[in-house]
Amino acid sequence: MDYFFVALFVGMAFALVGGGLAISYLVAPNRPNKVKSQPYECGEHTVGPSWVHFNVGYYLFALLFLVFDVEAAFLYPWALVFREFGLIALFEVGIFIVILLFALVYAWKKGVLEWV
Amino acid sequence: MEALNLNVIVFYLAAGLAIAGAFLMVWQKNPVASALYMLLSIVSQAVLYLQLDALFVGAVLIIVYAGAIVTLFLFVIMLLNLRGEDLVNPSAGPKRYVKLIISGVVGAELVYLLVESTGIGTHLTKLDSAIANFGDVKPVAELLYSKYLYGFEITSILLLVAIVGAVILARREPGEN
Amino acid sequence: MNLSGANIDFTLLLPEISLAICGFAILLLGVTKRGKDFGFGLGLFGLIAALAFTVQQWGTLETGFFGMVTKDGFSSLYNIIFLLAGIISLLIAQTYLRAKKIDKPEYYALVLFSILGMMVMASSYDLIIIFIGLEIMSIPLYVLAGFHRFNPKSNEAGIKYFIIGAFASGFLLYGIALVYGAGATTDLRLIAANYHSMAQQAPLLLYAGVALILIGFGFKVGAVPFHMWAPDVYQGAPTPVTAFFSVGPKAAGFAALMRILDFGFDSMDEIQSVLWILAVLTMAVGNILALFQDNIKRMLAYSSIAHAGYILVALTVGGEGAVASGLYYLLGYTFFNLGAFAILTILDTRDGTDSRFSELTGMASRHPFLATLLAIFMFSLAGFPPTAGFFGKLYIFSGAVEGGFIWLAIIGVMTSFVSVYYYLRVVVACFFTKADHPFQQVAMNPYLALALIITAVGALGLGLFPSSWIDLSRQAFASFL
Repeated sequence: MDYFFVALFVGMAFALVGGGLAISYLVAPNRPNKVKSQPYECGEHTVGPSWVHFNVGYYLFALLFLVFDVEAAFLYPWALVFREFGLIALFEVGIFIVILLFALVYAWKKGVLEWV
Repeated sequence: MEALNLNVIVFYLAAGLAIAGAFLMVWQKNPVASALYMLLSIVSQAVLYLQLDALFVGAVLIIVYAGAIVTLFLFVIMLLNLRGEDLVNPSAGPKRYVKLIISGVVGAELVYLLVESTGIGTHLTKLDSAIANFGDVKPVAELLYSKYLYGFEITSILLLVAIVGAVILARREPGEN
Repeated sequence: MNLSGANIDFTLLLPEISLAICGFAILLLGVTKRGKDFGFGLGLFGLIAALAFTVQQWGTLETGFFGMVTKDGFSSLYNIIFLLAGIISLLIAQTYLRAKKIDKPEYYALVLFSILGMMVMASSYDLIIIFIGLEIMSIPLYVLAGFHRFNPKSNEAGIKYFIIGAFASGFLLYGIALVYGAGATTDLRLIAANYHSMAQQAPLLLYAGVALILIGFGFKVGAVPFHMWAPDVYQGAPTPVTAFFSVGPKAAGFAALMRILDFGFDSMDEIQSVLWILAVLTMAVGNILALFQDNIKRMLAYSSIAHAGYILVALTVGGEGAVASGLYYLLGYTFFNLGAFAILTILDTRDGTDSRFSELTGMASRHPFLATLLAIFMFSLAGFPPTAGFFGKLYIFSGAVEGGFIWLAIIGVMTSFVSVYYYLRVVVACFFTKADHPFQQVAMNPYLALALIITAVGALGLGLFPSSWIDLSRQAFASFL
């Protein structure tokens, strides 16, 4: 029975994407020309290869994201037992979040969050 | 009976994908493709955890590992600007087999351990009966915020240190080049 | 939810908390314009406060936080070693960092957090907490090794240490997982109590798990054959960082190993033969390779590997007496090894130095006092009486003989004879080699002088009353039996 919903979900995902493609294939007029079939149909032409050296600053963004991702993973179970544990749970998580906030403030003040 | 069979089929499918993904991760020349195969392996493992009713473990595997860690891997690869072509050198052929042999030996050891340990079967049942739904969200939460409270709190310091370390090493101070 | 018996008692954690608070304060003040200069002072304050709290905890035996924190004599003694190492390396760091223009407040915060990790490691019976402590200790160390960002060698050291360290953590975690698989617990007290039933049920998992744990810590303490990273990292890292490396993480690794092997897996007899081999290899390779080094930092790296070997001898023999002598040796080593590194740091503060033996020539005539101190530290490292190094080795090797490990003792004594050669090379270079160019003057300041005084008093003081110190170590070890 569990798998019925999984299958339903997968089926809906395929149906949505496949349906969209199918409808546009059936409905849309198809008149290709040279400009239209370029990979970048609009906007700027690309310069050089798309493999470029990243700015190391992006990595710091990603790392900050990871940290708060882990925090979210910890907070979800906390929300479940919050009623049961009461104030002490609030205190426990408070310490955790405050320490991570220190990290965020540090990174912020160091200018990590600024666009270079 | 029907559901059981389906369980078995899904198990073999996910397990096969997990192993194949891990194998291809080691085997691939292109680091980006390696990272993506790792993603495949992790998602398949998450399915296995879900089958064990370890919802939290499965979810964390997807949120943290598939979501964040693989992203970080890709960032590092982009950062270093590594491409498959860059890694090809005269010694690449044999080295590939060295990678395979090392991971093969470790894998074989683990399989041997699990098969040969006489206690493993009895033990897993014991674990099951001791903590029902041991990987579900609520049991994890109850342990995390009581017994493992200390570990939980100091983990925040670990995360803080990781951020500070990365900022020190990667951040360009004004005036630096 | 029943929280009784949990004993959530934050006073147990006062040393850790004071380090953490000072660390946060340094970081947050460090981003302001005026607060940058507080790093050193706040760091020192935090360490001294933590030391005071630890000394106050001496003699108590308390567990808290659901049994995850254990403060006993053993953890107190180790915490004192970590904090002393931190204080001394901080005292010598500022002058060096200023001279190299890398004096950032984060340095002091990282040292504080690293020591916090070590204290977490030494104060728990739970393998998971030990692992988290190890990571809190290690990550700042990777950054500290690469702290000299524009020096390629320092970068190399940071990356090398990071990769090897991550590898070692992987081994350790894998080992913990296998042990958990064998016994469904990570609590060393439960493992010790149920060892025989676990060994009967899943012997292979247990052996493989312990082997992997041993490999993981082998990397951390620099035991042969897991030592390859040490010389490069020691040479490349900024010298005060190297000083800290040679004591802090090594002692923390041994703290965890002692709890795991001499308590948790005390009944696993097979470990002894593995440790025997490790100890012999570590002493032999460390001492022999140290002979061929031209760089003093590399020489001291191999020497610190050899000293890990002596402590491994104590671990191999096991039991109260032997482990107490290992603890005593570790305490002595903290002083004389840091003393040697303090002088090296003072010399390295000058421009254009690369800590080569040839740079020592003429030191005795220019700085007779400093050269004499260096000689004292070298004699301690070599194990000449009446220094702490001598008594430490004496207790360790006589303990080995009493425990029936006669060959181990013989090999140990022989390798430590070899070590005399390279330690005396330093003394000869200082005192008896003719200088072809004048010795470049070094600048002293009160902090450096204080570091030298503490280390010299420690190295000699521990040698003056060895038996009372051994009793102290014995008490510390007995507290966890």
